[in-house]
Amino acid sequence: MSALSERPANPVVGETVPHESAALHVTGRALYTDDLVARTRDLLHGYPVQAPHAHARVTRLDTAPALAVPGVVRVLTAEDVPGVNDAGIKHDEPLFPSEVMYFGHAVCWVLGETLEAARLGALAVEVDYEPLPSVVTVREAIEAGSFQGAQPTMERGDVEAGLARAEHVFSGEFEFAGQEHFYLETHASIAQVDENGQVFVQSSTQHPTETQDIVAHVLGLHAHEVTVQCLRMGGGFGGKEMQPHGYAAVAALGATLTGRPVRVRLNRTQDITMTGKRHGFHATWRVGFDAEGRLQALDATLTSDGGWSLDLSEPVLARALCHIDNAYWIPDVRVNGRISKTNKTSQTAFRGFGGPQGMLVLEDILGRCAPLLGIDPADLRRRNFYTEGQATPYGQPVRHPDRAVAAWDQVVQTGDVDSRRREIAAFNAAHQHTKRALAITPVKFGISFNLTAFNQAGALVHVYKDGSVLINHGGTEMGQGLHTKMLQVAATTLGVPLHFVRLAPTRTDKVPNTSATAASSGADLNGGAVKNACEQIRERLAQVAGGRLGVPPADVRFEGGRVRGLAHDTDEIRWADLVTQAYFQRVQLWAAGFYRTEGLHWDSTVFRGEPFKYFAYGVAAAEVEVDGFTGAYRTRRVDIVHDVGDSLSPLVDLGQIEGGFVQGAGWLTLEDLRWDESDRPTRGRLATQAASTYKLPSFSEMPEEFNVALLEKAHEEGAVYGSKAVGEPPLMLAFSVREALRQAAAAFGPPGTSVDLASPATPEAVFWAVEQARARAAEHGHVAEGFPGMVPPQPNGDVPRYHPRSERPPAEQHALSAEV
Amino acid sequence: MLPDTTGGGRVEVTVHVNGVPHSATVEPRRLLSDFLRHDLGLTGTHVGCEHGVCGACTVLVDGEPMRSCLMFAVSAQHHQVTTVEGLAGADGGLGPEQRAFVECHGLQCGFCTPGFLTTVTAFLRDNPQPSAEEAREAISGNLCRCTGYQNIVRSVLRAAEIRAGRAADCAGPPAGQPTAPPAGEAVG
Repeated sequence: MSALSERPANPVVGETVPHESAALHVTGRALYTDDLVARTRDLLHGYPVQAPHAHARVTRLDTAPALAVPGVVRVLTAEDVPGVNDAGIKHDEPLFPSEVMYFGHAVCWVLGETLEAARLGALAVEVDYEPLPSVVTVREAIEAGSFQGAQPTMERGDVEAGLARAEHVFSGEFEFAGQEHFYLETHASIAQVDENGQVFVQSSTQHPTETQDIVAHVLGLHAHEVTVQCLRMGGGFGGKEMQPHGYAAVAALGATLTGRPVRVRLNRTQDITMTGKRHGFHATWRVGFDAEGRLQALDATLTSDGGWSLDLSEPVLARALCHIDNAYWIPDVRVNGRISKTNKTSQTAFRGFGGPQGMLVLEDILGRCAPLLGIDPADLRRRNFYTEGQATPYGQPVRHPDRAVAAWDQVVQTGDVDSRRREIAAFNAAHQHTKRALAITPVKFGISFNLTAFNQAGALVHVYKDGSVLINHGGTEMGQGLHTKMLQVAATTLGVPLHFVRLAPTRTDKVPNTSATAASSGADLNGGAVKNACEQIRERLAQVAGGRLGVPPADVRFEGGRVRGLAHDTDEIRWADLVTQAYFQRVQLWAAGFYRTEGLHWDSTVFRGEPFKYFAYGVAAAEVEVDGFTGAYRTRRVDIVHDVGDSLSPLVDLGQIEGGFVQGAGWLTLEDLRWDESDRPTRGRLATQAASTYKLPSFSEMPEEFNVALLEKAHEEGAVYGSKAVGEPPLMLAFSVREALRQAAAAFGPPGTSVDLASPATPEAVFWAVEQARARAAEHGHVAEGFPGMVPPQPNGDVPRYHPRSERPPAEQHALSAEV
Repeated sequence: MLPDTTGGGRVEVTVHVNGVPHSATVEPRRLLSDFLRHDLGLTGTHVGCEHGVCGACTVLVDGEPMRSCLMFAVSAQHHQVTTVEGLAGADGGLGPEQRAFVECHGLQCGFCTPGFLTTVTAFLRDNPQPSAEEAREAISGNLCRCTGYQNIVRSVLRAAEIRAGRAADCAGPPAGQPTAPPAGEAVG
């Protein structure tokens, strides 16, 4: 057991505790960024002028009429930007654009005494546009060759040889939709400037440091002149990893120009039409199986729908490539990736960060090919699992593949899968118009940021003279329970009861240079840093205690607010007494902690390395029932076994698993983003821009029976107190629902029917799958059989294949010059 | 010239919120949700979807759940409005529904929580001993993007138990422990 993962006796981690802010939430006292409006004097409100074109040039912008509207104070335009007019780190997304790149793109912002004044002012701004041709769908982008960023290839072995030796070769195509985050709290920032010019931005951001960086470069300031704080978020899911920066910068620009606090809070319509979403993807693929159904080769080209700018599209694509294998060994692999440039919102991080998209491609392949191979889909999946000693296509050894097996076996056993499959077969034989199916799917998800540099974190821990403890770390709270876990980690390391420890909001002037709270790594990274800070303090206190107790410092134990020697018959000192004594001995009672994940390396120039500290595993079995007349369906039962290591906080982790699964099921079955693809003037407009037309999971779609268990004996050596990350992996357990729907639809046809299933598998999509099963029963759906098959498009060499700019240290960074 | 959308002037509005009369001068079309949040500073009522679907803004009007984003402040005059801030127990501590959501981890980001709590409070008043099915039905009009709803159902059932004076733990995972120290307990 490693020093990082070993738990002391009676640790506070692992205890079932409520969310640290639960009492604030249930009384309405918990503050979100926009709740500060009522507490901020002389605040101005910002409102965007959104362009009604998918792609257009701004030929005239007249703000004078807006300034004539009562209550309008100022209109912010590109001319007002003292620094860099860009909302991102790749300098491809102007904050105040002269070229409209998507329908709803904000061209300028109006500041008003009231939100209503700002809104009326925005209506009064006169803008002339010269419409330009637009690319809206990913297919249009492929046909037009409209791509952006690097085009990586992940390659192992000889894919042509692998396909040539395969007994069965299939090829096909698959396109699937993205997903709107629909965090219930929309984007919000409030900025103000103090008497010394320090800019203070409160923002609903998962990445305060990057918000700070962007605000600084827009204002032409250095990082130390900007402070960003995030109290908490009303949901993030990746949508507030990179997208908040521009809105924070608008607020900060307004505050510096007017000297008054400025609020930028997107209303729901603005949020959904302006901010990026999960990337939809297009995939073309060829796959080879041997006679026993073992995967031999995979050749695929994935094209993500990047939207108008790069944002996080390159690392999202990298993670998609790194997860196309899911839990399966494939000897020969070639996967190309590319990012389309379309006139849509700039698609961004969303729980799973490309991993779900990569895995969906292969799970769809397995679901479509199993009937053609004459193999039960569950058997096909199970027999392709990784085994010990095998490595991923990018060269990382797959550690603990037995955990996928253990989770699978447990789901089969506790979920009564075998007997239920017999019941389902009997039910289907007896019912012509209603069919059921049960599908079981695994998840293997790599934990760490792909880019090694991001795997670092800091913390600041204060012990006050009275023994009370205040912790601060670089991670942000969006409901995932990170702060709860960090309190438990600090209490465990210091050996004090949980209520001795408080946590202060995330601020860039407390802990600098933080990474985004993302990649599921919040608890791993910040937990390591909190633990490190607490250990420094504990070691100093052990010196003091050792002297008083007459034992070597290494033999001092901290537990439950008492400090004693290793032998149980020694004296005890109360924690607070020891702290007071240490203060009078002039011992430093605070510490800055740091953590870097060890053992990682990743070379994006060859797409190889060991980017992940470990893999999180899980298995889900889902049973559905489909109505053959309408395609309507219900989820009858879901059983999940998921690997969270030794849980830091079981109630929190179970909540993450349940919530992640449901969000995944939403992506795959309900949530249907529709853009206007017509040639009308509204081309490119998001048609599903409200909760009334964009269907989110609600109670009526919940499984009627939902059983979730944590995998036992799951200690993880490489993470804080033996735990594993839990934020993203459970989302992909929802593949089980989609595959069950496919199998139920296929059950309307004869045995061996392969059906294509659109994603999301809405009732309408399931209806068409049922129709396909009935009408095209003797055919292969749209899967082609035979070598060489439909060869996916290959890179033509005129774009960089590797090493995206986003993974290189920025050369043009706004560095502090000597004269400052 | 833009049309005047302000509705012609402002009106004095008095609404009883959590038992206290509050007055403000607002536009006639001021939403009740904005009135509560921005005019009264009662920011516990959250605005999510802004058109009546998600239920985050639900308050009680004369005891009945209402979407405050679909109601004008002027329409609430002469009515009793209860927000999440008004749900505390008689002793000023957490009410049964509030306690249950804490114990059962019936929340994650917390943004939807006030709307669930107001809805559940009215539901349990009228149906003190609901089945799990009835509990699901009662809150099926509210959206939560984080939890997957399982612990919210547990919270509703647990709240019914607390109201009935039963001491059993939250169904499913065991109930949590309070994070705050009991009053008067010193650190150390």
